This record gives sequence, C-alpha cells and structure tokens, in this order.
Amino acid sequence: MLSVKDFQVAFKTRKGEVNAVKGISFELARGERLGIVGESGSGKSVTSYALMRILDANGRIKAGDAVYSGIDLRRAAERDMRDLRGREISMIFQNPRAALNPIRKVGHQIEDVLRQHARATRQDARKKAIEALEAVKIHDAEARYDAYPFELSGGMCQRVVCAIALACDPKLMIMDEPTTGLDITTQKAVMDLVDGLVKARGMSSILITHDLGLASEYCDRIVVMKDGRIVEEGAPTALLGTPQHAYTRKLVDATPRRGVAIRQLLPAEDRRPLAPHEIKDTPLIEVKDLIKTYQGKSGPVQAVKGISFTIREGQSVGLVGESGCGKSTTSSMLVRLFDPTSGQILFRGADLAQMPAADFARSPLRGKIQMVFQDATDSLNPRHTARQSIAEPLKRMTDLRGAAQAARVEELASLTGLPAHLLDRFPHQLSGGQKARVGIARAIATDPDFLILDEPTAALDVSIQAVVLNLLADLRARLGMSYLFVSHDLNVVRLLCDHVIVMKGGEIVDSGPVEQVMDAPAHPYTRELLSAAPQAPIPAPAA
Amino acid sequence: MTDMLTDMAKALASTPETQKKKSNGALAHTLYVLRENPVTALSFAMFAFFLGSALFGPALVPYDPLATNAAVALQPPSAAHWFGTDNLGRDVFSRVIAATRLDLVISVAAVALSFVFGSLLGAIAGYRGGMIDTVLNRILDTIMAFPLFVLAMGIVAALGNSVANIIYATAIINLPFYARLVRAEVNIRRDAGFTQAAKLAGNSDARVLAFHIFPNALPPMMVQVSLNLGWAILNAAGLSFIGLGVRPPTPEWGIMVAEGANFIVSGEWWLALFPGLWLMLAVFTFNLMGDGLRDIVDPRRRT
Repeated sequence: MLSVKDFQVAFKTRKGEVNAVKGISFELARGERLGIVGESGSGKSVTSYALMRILDANGRIKAGDAVYSGIDLRRAAERDMRDLRGREISMIFQNPRAALNPIRKVGHQIEDVLRQHARATRQDARKKAIEALEAVKIHDAEARYDAYPFELSGGMCQRVVCAIALACDPKLMIMDEPTTGLDITTQKAVMDLVDGLVKARGMSSILITHDLGLASEYCDRIVVMKDGRIVEEGAPTALLGTPQHAYTRKLVDATPRRGVAIRQLLPAEDRRPLAPHEIKDTPLIEVKDLIKTYQGKSGPVQAVKGISFTIREGQSVGLVGESGCGKSTTSSMLVRLFDPTSGQILFRGADLAQMPAADFARSPLRGKIQMVFQDATDSLNPRHTARQSIAEPLKRMTDLRGAAQAARVEELASLTGLPAHLLDRFPHQLSGGQKARVGIARAIATDPDFLILDEPTAALDVSIQAVVLNLLADLRARLGMSYLFVSHDLNVVRLLCDHVIVMKGGEIVDSGPVEQVMDAPAHPYTRELLSAAPQAPIPAPAA
Repeated sequence: MTDMLTDMAKALASTPETQKKKSNGALAHTLYVLRENPVTALSFAMFAFFLGSALFGPALVPYDPLATNAAVALQPPSAAHWFGTDNLGRDVFSRVIAATRLDLVISVAAVALSFVFGSLLGAIAGYRGGMIDTVLNRILDTIMAFPLFVLAMGIVAALGNSVANIIYATAIINLPFYARLVRAEVNIRRDAGFTQAAKLAGNSDARVLAFHIFPNALPPMMVQVSLNLGWAILNAAGLSFIGLGVRPPTPEWGIMVAEGANFIVSGEWWLALFPGLWLMLAVFTFNLMGDGLRDIVDPRRRT
C-alpha cells in the first residue's frame, strides 16, 4: 500500500544542508500496523512529515521514492496532496491542544474536514460531526459538539483530534507520539480506542514513538531508526527478544520494565556495582495533615486534602499519581514555593510551614531542601550559561567566591558528568541530557539533605533517562540524600525508590514499600495504574 | 565511580551537536549579527554617522549655524553651501548637522525615561498581579485613550516651553507601551521553571524579578526602544513644528522644516527638504536597528 524507497530528507540551515533522513526504505501492507521507534533526532517525525509533504519551508525531499497506492507522494501536485491528506492519509500530532484551533468549536473543526473532502453538505454536516465524535466514544457528543478545546481535558482533546483524523475514513493513519503528555491511564484509553477503530475499519497505521513498550503493544512490525537510518526491523517479540543491532539492544536495555534493576538499564559495559544507600530510622521530613485550598471561580477547590507521611533520612520515596492528583502541589509545598493552607511540614523536627514561602529564600534551611525540575529547558534561565546557573545558589547561599566558587562549580559538573567545556554554553546550546545534568548540579550545589525530583526524566529519551536515573542513584549513595521522586510512571519509580505513595484526587490512596505496592497492589487504583503501563515483551536479563 | 561518570560524560559529549566551536563572546556575536544581516549593518553604520554628527558636528561644520549673512540669503545648494542658505543667509548644512545633537538628546532621554519607569511599573504589575496590576493597567489605558500627540502638546503647553518639558512629555506618552510590553513578558515568566529555580537558589522576589525575569524581556524591548527612538524624534520635531518646545534660532529639524515650509511656494525647496530628509533618515535608521539590537541582546541567537 505504501512503499518507501531510499527516502532522503534534507534541511537548509545556517550551517549548510543537514540530512535528517538518510535513505530509508520500508513497505506497509494493507491493514498492517507499523511502528517507527527512535529517539529524538532520529528522523522519525521528519519521515512522516515528508510523506505528508508538510515539511517546513527549509526542508525538502532530496532523493528516493514514496508511492502510496500508485500515487507518487514526492512528485504529486500540491492540489492532489491536499485532496489526499485527511481523506486517504490522516495524521495525529503530538500535542492535541496545539493541533486544535483554540477559538473554534470542536464540532465545527470536524465539519471543516468533512466539507473539505465533500463528505458532508451544509445540511448534514452537524449530524455527521456528532457521529464522528460518537465514533471516538465521547460521551454526550451532542453537547461536546459546542465545546471549545480549552474546555476539554487532554485525553478528550486527543479523542477529538482522532475524530477529525478518522472523519473521512482514511486508509492510512499516521500517529506521531499521540500520547506524549497524557496520563498513563488516558494513554491506554486513547490507544485502545484508536487501535480498535483502525482494526475495525481495516486501516493501516504508522505509530511513531520513542516508547518500545507502546510500539510493541500496538504494532505488528517495528522499525528502529537512528540518525536518519533504519537500523533494524522485525516483529515486536522477535525484535525486542533478540535484538540484533547494538543500538536496538541499547534501547531495549534502557526501557524500564518489571524485574530489572536500575543498573541493567545501562549497556552491559557500563554496569558497575551500585553502592548501597543507607536508610536511617530517624525521620527527615514529617508531613502532617497538609491541606492546600485554592480559590477557584466556583468556590474553594481543595487540591491537597490533608495528607500525612514520613520520609526517613536516606530514604527515597516515590509520589505517584495522574495529573490533577495534587502531587505537584504537594511537592511545591514541601520545597517551600507554596504556602500550605494548613498542616505541618517538619524538617528534622522544625516546622517549615510556619515560615511564609516568600521569606524561606533567606532561611538557612533553604539550601538543605532543593528540587530538580520536570522540564530542564524551562528550568534554566535562557540568558545564563550553565556555569552561571550552577553558581547561582552558591552566590546566594554560601560564602564561596572567586576561585573557590569556580572550583566548586567544576566539582559539581564532574559529579554530574557534565564535561567542563560545556559550562560556558547557554541552555539552547546543550542537549536534553546535558540540561538535565545542569539542573541536577544546581540542585545539589548546596549539599541538600532532601531533594525533590519532579519527573526529572519525563522529557528525556529512554537511553538518556537510563543514564540520568543511574546518576541520581549514584549521587544518592555518595551524598546521602533523601529523595522524593514525583512521577506518573510506576516503572521508573520502581527503579529508584524504597517506598511509594499513590495519590488520587488530593488524597493518599495507597502507600508502602515499593515491592509490596508494585507486586501485590492492595488498592484498585494502584492496580489500574500498573495495568495501564505498557509492558514491553522483553525477557528479563540473565544477569 | 568517578570514572564511570566521566565515561558517561564522554558518551554524551560525543554527539555532533556538542562538537560545535564555542563562540560566546558578546563582541563576536555582535559582529556575527552585523555580518549576517546587511540591513542591520547599514542601520548601525547610519547610527554611527548620526552619533558622530551629534558628538563632533557642531565643531566640524563649515559655518556657525547661528551666524546670519544677508548677502548670501536664500542661495540654492552649491559647492560653498552644500544644502544652500536660508532667508537670513545661514548655512543649511551646518544647521542640519548641528541640530542632530539636540534631536538625539531629546529622543534618547525621552526613551530612556519611559524605558526605566515603564519597565519598573510593568515588571511590578506583571510579577505581583492582582490589585496593583489592575490599577496600573487602568491608568495606562487612560493615558492611551488620549490622542498622544495632543496629550504631548497639552503637557508642554502646561509645563512651559522648554527642551526638558518636551522630553517629559515624550516620555509620558511612550510610557504605557513599555509598561504593557514588560508586564506581558514578565507575566508569562512569573511561574516559569527558571523563576522557581531562582527562588530555590535563595533569591528574594525582588532579585528574581530584576536579575532573572526582567533580562529575558530585553529582546522584544529592544525592538520597542529602537522604533520608539524614531518616534520620539518625530514627536519632538512635530512639537517644534507647531511652535512648542524648541525656539528659533536654535537649529532643530522640526523648526527648520516649519520655517522652510514658507519658502517652498516661492521655489526655495532646500530649506525644508534637507532637514526633512535628515529627520526621515534618522527615523529610518532607528526602525531598521530594532531587529539587529534584539538579535544582539538575545543569547539564544548564538550558536
């Protein structure tokens, strides 16, 4: 149905032409579900954009052929392509909110596609749009027709995007990281839905993702891309079970899953024994009846409803839940950026909640409680070099100046594995993994005892995630810190934490030692979270 | 363990992206921006010319800009008088060049004032939000509701006819634009990750605002500053043109155009044309400079 041969895509940039896709070939049969897996910069998204001929102005298809049911996608006139998009091939993008027009009702946006391809007339467009919404299992489609994108949740928006993509009965569906940014249970719901529709309508699909687990669950065949080339392809079980190429091996190893230890995520040659971290009996942080109430438009909203827990010295606690469960609010209160409405936060017996967050910046305890942020790009000042970012807490909270300060910055850089020559770069000149290291170096600059990790690897590729998680484990053993690891990904929490707290709707629904909660979950919500996480069919490593 | 970390570091460092040469010098970056964009280079060269005129012009011009000489009144442009002479026999070229200093002083001082106070008000409103934000915005709305040139006329007429008052009037009518811009730029960064990180690093709110958030608003501000300089010159010339502010015989482009306009009908076009041309060139220069200035103050443009 789709046949791609020696396909090459190049971009013109300030530094000359850059080849993003360097000659790939693959075939897609009718009704087949293909997965394209690779890390950022592998050219997987560019391939799909080029097939749809929606590349940026500076990009072009340099060589090769792409034939879809007899139509040459490379040479077809723009008018024919416009006709093809949506009707024959449709696409679901990464960020559903960005893919929808924010100021138009979702129903009208579906009508647009239908009318564009003459699938509906003015009279029956509304009816057909509602049918399209019903097809993606949106409850009360009649009412949702009049909703604006901002009134819908992320999962709901992605369903609407699916409805638009499926409205004209395309034969091929291209999904570009369709569930990034969605909760794990929403991810499962959306993927199950789309997959069901694709199968029921006998469509073909291409799923572009960095998640091997997701690809293996929803694809018949997987191609692995690296640096614009296909390095390996095959059926999911075979490919993941016995990867042939070194890069596939590395990706498979780095995928967090049941039954592996943190060191086993790394390539075999980097697996050095992990120093154990010591957990003492003395409590470091005691949270008692913590409540946070916001003033919403329709009365007060309780984001955190009186939670209590204890983190002991040296212990790593995972805080797990979906967006809106109050885990970010809780961590912001613990790190003293927010004031709780009521409750106590005892740090070695001293109640931090007494001091307003605005004054805590000057407290001597400020340096003892630090945080690594979710998005390394957003958390680094774009105008500061890596050196300035790392030195900032030293300037404000320590007496280190001049050469001593510079030496400390370099020591921190080497601790976090950041090459010294990168210190004078600005954030935009660093890769994702390097930015994560800068963020970690800054957080540990003042020798904190308690570090909050707010999904520190959410924006990273799996292989970089593996390295950063191991770095965090090493630093914990070496510096004796306690962690609060905030995440929605149970597979990752399992690797780093001793104890897990599961939050839902502002309350703690489950907690306990990590093995107990993960392997014998008591609460139904924990079970739901665990079963929603895609499990890659990767055999447990022998070692 | 340390060597494991270095190994990991090496693995990360060997990506092609990190092998780029480092070019962090501000000067090197400025040169790069100028080289990359010929329009920017041209505007900076023209700005250098105006700056030179303002600094050294009065000392270098061939005639005293104020000296009258009835014998050579209303001469057309010639080798002796490049831009001709006016009705009192003053050399138009000398007067046009000598006027640069006054016009630049008025516009730069006015823009500096509105930049400083507009940024301060806007930054506080954008960071604090709430009541302060609302009150400030309504005040700015009120200022903007007036026809701005008429407002400036009113201010100068009320305060008195002086160069200082022209500067204040121009600053006041420009202030809302800065305050609005800074407010918006600060507001979107109020809860950004790097703002929170700066607080965790022990910065007080004032420091976070001044040293972490505000500098990030500079790139769009530079475009505003540059456009505004041109605007401020036009505004000052306009006020002089209608007889407010600078008084004759002081050389100033606005007055010169106003005085020269009387002679256009009788064919002495050079009296109004050349000061008008200089005024236009100055405004044009500032308008072109905006994008270049933004690129220079924005580190993200560096690679």
